[in-house]
Amino acid sequence: MAASSTNTPSGAKPKNTWTLGSVFVYGTLIILALYYLAPLYVMIVTSLKTLPEIRQGNVFALPDAVNLDAWFKAWATACTGLNCDGLSRGFWNSVIITVPSVIVSIAVASVNGYALANWPYRGANVFFTILIFGAFIPYQLMLYPIVIILRNLGVYGDLVGLIIVHTIFGMPILTLLFRNYFSSLPEELFKAARVDGAGFWGIFFKVMLPMSVPILVVAVILQITGIWNDFLFGIVYARPETYPMTVQLNNIVNSTFGEKEYNVNMAATILTGLVPLTVYFVSGKLFVRGIAAGAVKG
Amino acid sequence: MKHLTKVLATTALVSASAATAAELEVVHWWTSGGEAAAVAEFAKALDATGHTWVDGAIAGGGGTNAIPAVVSRLLGGDPMGATQFNHGRQTEDLIQEGLFLDLTDLAEQEGWRDFVFPSSLLDSCTYDGRLYCVPVNIHSWQWIWLNNDAFAKAGTDVPSNWDEFVAAAPALREAGVAPLAVGSQAWQQAGAITEVLAVAIAGPEAWEQVNVAKDADVAAGPAYAAVFEAAAAARDLAADITVTDWNLATAAVIEGQAAAQIMGDWAQGEFAVAEAVAGEDYTCLPGLGVNPVLSLGGDAFYFPKNSDADVEAAQLELASLMISKEVQVDFNLKKGSLPVRGDVDLSAANDCMNKGLGLLADGKILAGANIALSQDTIGQVNDLIVQFWNSDMSAAEVQEKYAGIIARAD
Amino acid sequence: MASATRPNQLLRNMSSKIASIPMALTAIVIFVGCTLWTVAYSFTGSRLLPRWRWVGLDQYDRLWDTDRWIISMQNLAIYGFCMMAFSLFLGFLMAALLDQKIRGENVFRTIFLYPYALSFVVTGLTWQWMLNPSFGLQKVVRDWGWESFTFAPLTNPDWAIYGVLMAGLWQGTGLVMVIMLAGLRGIDEDVWKAARVDGIPAWKTYVYIVIPMMRPIFVTAIVLVATAIIKVFDLIVAQTQGGPGLATEVPAKYVYEMMFRNQNLGQGFAASTMMLCFVLIIIVPWSIYEFGGRRNGR
Repeated sequence: MAASSTNTPSGAKPKNTWTLGSVFVYGTLIILALYYLAPLYVMIVTSLKTLPEIRQGNVFALPDAVNLDAWFKAWATACTGLNCDGLSRGFWNSVIITVPSVIVSIAVASVNGYALANWPYRGANVFFTILIFGAFIPYQLMLYPIVIILRNLGVYGDLVGLIIVHTIFGMPILTLLFRNYFSSLPEELFKAARVDGAGFWGIFFKVMLPMSVPILVVAVILQITGIWNDFLFGIVYARPETYPMTVQLNNIVNSTFGEKEYNVNMAATILTGLVPLTVYFVSGKLFVRGIAAGAVKG
Repeated sequence: MKHLTKVLATTALVSASAATAAELEVVHWWTSGGEAAAVAEFAKALDATGHTWVDGAIAGGGGTNAIPAVVSRLLGGDPMGATQFNHGRQTEDLIQEGLFLDLTDLAEQEGWRDFVFPSSLLDSCTYDGRLYCVPVNIHSWQWIWLNNDAFAKAGTDVPSNWDEFVAAAPALREAGVAPLAVGSQAWQQAGAITEVLAVAIAGPEAWEQVNVAKDADVAAGPAYAAVFEAAAAARDLAADITVTDWNLATAAVIEGQAAAQIMGDWAQGEFAVAEAVAGEDYTCLPGLGVNPVLSLGGDAFYFPKNSDADVEAAQLELASLMISKEVQVDFNLKKGSLPVRGDVDLSAANDCMNKGLGLLADGKILAGANIALSQDTIGQVNDLIVQFWNSDMSAAEVQEKYAGIIARAD
Repeated sequence: MASATRPNQLLRNMSSKIASIPMALTAIVIFVGCTLWTVAYSFTGSRLLPRWRWVGLDQYDRLWDTDRWIISMQNLAIYGFCMMAFSLFLGFLMAALLDQKIRGENVFRTIFLYPYALSFVVTGLTWQWMLNPSFGLQKVVRDWGWESFTFAPLTNPDWAIYGVLMAGLWQGTGLVMVIMLAGLRGIDEDVWKAARVDGIPAWKTYVYIVIPMMRPIFVTAIVLVATAIIKVFDLIVAQTQGGPGLATEVPAKYVYEMMFRNQNLGQGFAASTMMLCFVLIIIVPWSIYEFGGRRNGR
């Protein structure tokens, strides 16, 4: 299985001393790491400053004192129109939208991938090709037809509608991942289960699913970040009382009262990114392993 | 008519029993300081009736984020209680679909035509003889806002027209003040040039020929050539300061970083929030002091059709409130715009608002471009002007392309 | 109907077909159906609502006569080319460096990957702030004593698109790196041993042996990067709003604004149809190559 080989680096091996090569390796990595870390540092530092301090200094300067006012304001009191409750409302809405959408979209896509990889039928690849093609279509142009479809299904404006939309737009990439992963599993497993008389669902639940933890982790991470960060579907298919956090972030950032409150904006940005960031920091290693398992087979 | 009176009477009776208090969700894109203060007046008035105002603000200039949300909710059968919308020809489609509540009976009942002034304001809400929206204010683009201290610092008098302002620019620059603040959003530059400079320099008649009659020859002619020459000069005067949002440009003028801003009367709301006094701290010149007129732009609210009778009653109540005397005064004082009624007492109006009211009384009015032109044409003009403003495109080239857009306008 | 064996054919593999219903529906109804719907309405004069008012090719004439559309296409070409080249190059470089049995691999990997967890809105705002001429990088370097240092890409129409590119790369390269790393880990140890025995330098082994072996990995990475490029929209809206001037306008933004700002659906649909044509030009040859010759992923 592909995942087993992922723990050990297999590239060219420099010796364990400070050779020219290892200076180059670490030097390049550190420069790149600075490029990647600088914006995070700037976001955090800016969010801890007061507005006058921001105007005087530069973005890298450390704050004189740690000031959490901007965080408090972003979370609880920043205004949009007449609503002055910051991001707090959107946080739970995002949770309520994200959790079921992640579960449903992964359930559907994993079965799709399994059917494509292990039970191919005539025409299956046509659907799959269309699906991949769908990944390239700009979402904007499907907004109206989907509104009409959702209305006819009677689920426009409620959670079910949003779950359907996220399932549809998550399907191309997820199906690709699952299909590749299931294809990479040894065929003998599948054949043995068939000989034992297991059917389509039996094999899926008893053999395939238990083995697909690495790719499930990838799918969960991709979907949590994707759905949590969605703005367009949130604004078009939800209602004000169910607007996700990103819509409120937009509202806060685009509502200016005399001057741009960069510190509040940055605090709001970090708060909005906190959930997916935590997911990555906690499970980044599993993500990399899972990608290795799912993407190796092209 | 009789029928409606009965309905209204019944609803009045029922609402007295307090059981029918409805929640009205109102979508708008008024999120700057002055705008939010103004919309709070509507909310206060509605809440006082026992109904509840549920604020559905969606930030994003000109409703770019709100419009997709509004249209898809209307199509999806999930209407809000009321929504701000660009009124004029764009809404024809939605009206034909029967998505908006017909306000004609209410308007006749209350005699809107008698007190709405100028009554042409109602025309852009009317389709096929029926009324579908409530105009809530008159906004005019035709102003330039000047910081008095900035000119004192430069040792010049506060200019009384555009030419004097241009002449004062070198002194302002020497004093370290940016002559003109213009935000980077396309509509700000386009409004300053095709509305304000055009009316001031080419004159109201030429402006109407271009914007109302869509006469491309006038747009390509000598009067408009002077407009775009002035625009090129303004582009240079505005190069000293970079701002994004219109109210940040206003803030730069309030704080004296910049001396002037060409902006509609909504800028006044920001001066009010900053507690600056018209005539003392700042000066406003309608029509750039050259051709003082008002252009009749403004905002309007539509009331999507709803199946719930309680909600519909609340919608009619809100419509009636929005145009009522007290609310008109409170709202427009905060917003910096002029009321849509000719019969209200604006003793609280400041220097600038009084100038506007005077022009209105004298009938020095023009149709607003956002009503005269379709959103499509306005969008194309915005794209052209923003390209001109951020490059070294010549006045002749931008004029030629502008005339092309007017020629295609529908 | 024609023959008695037909139903059997259809019933074969029934569970798999049933399991594929969501995928088939998505592919046919949403991706094909909505696409055809959009193409059809691009020949109409629809304004705020889709209306069947036939205008022939008028919308296309206007589209190709519009400066903003041409500029948007040029910007996307520059952005797309650079994004593809740099993200593949940097992603591979980072993966190869991480694959050198280095210390702190997990730390570096997490640093390179975390921006991928953030939404484009967050990325756009952060980089707008980083590149702000009065507070950002330019000010930082000037405060260090290099007074004449000029680095303000977002205020210069000639360079603004590269400012967006910096943000796009910052967010997107991490995922490419993970995929590349997965590919490198999948390369057999013996390949390296053999190369070393033959005395082939490491860089030559990468270029001539490893990269060709990683073809499927590159395909996956290219597909992911390409979908992100074509759909780029939120990043631009958050970072530059398309400015200064039209310097960072892109086709997806043109589509959106034609639909909702200009309230001219027909024009927006025509623009998105053109985008679809370009996607087809890329996708069709690829999918024929990828799926045409083989039965499926096995």
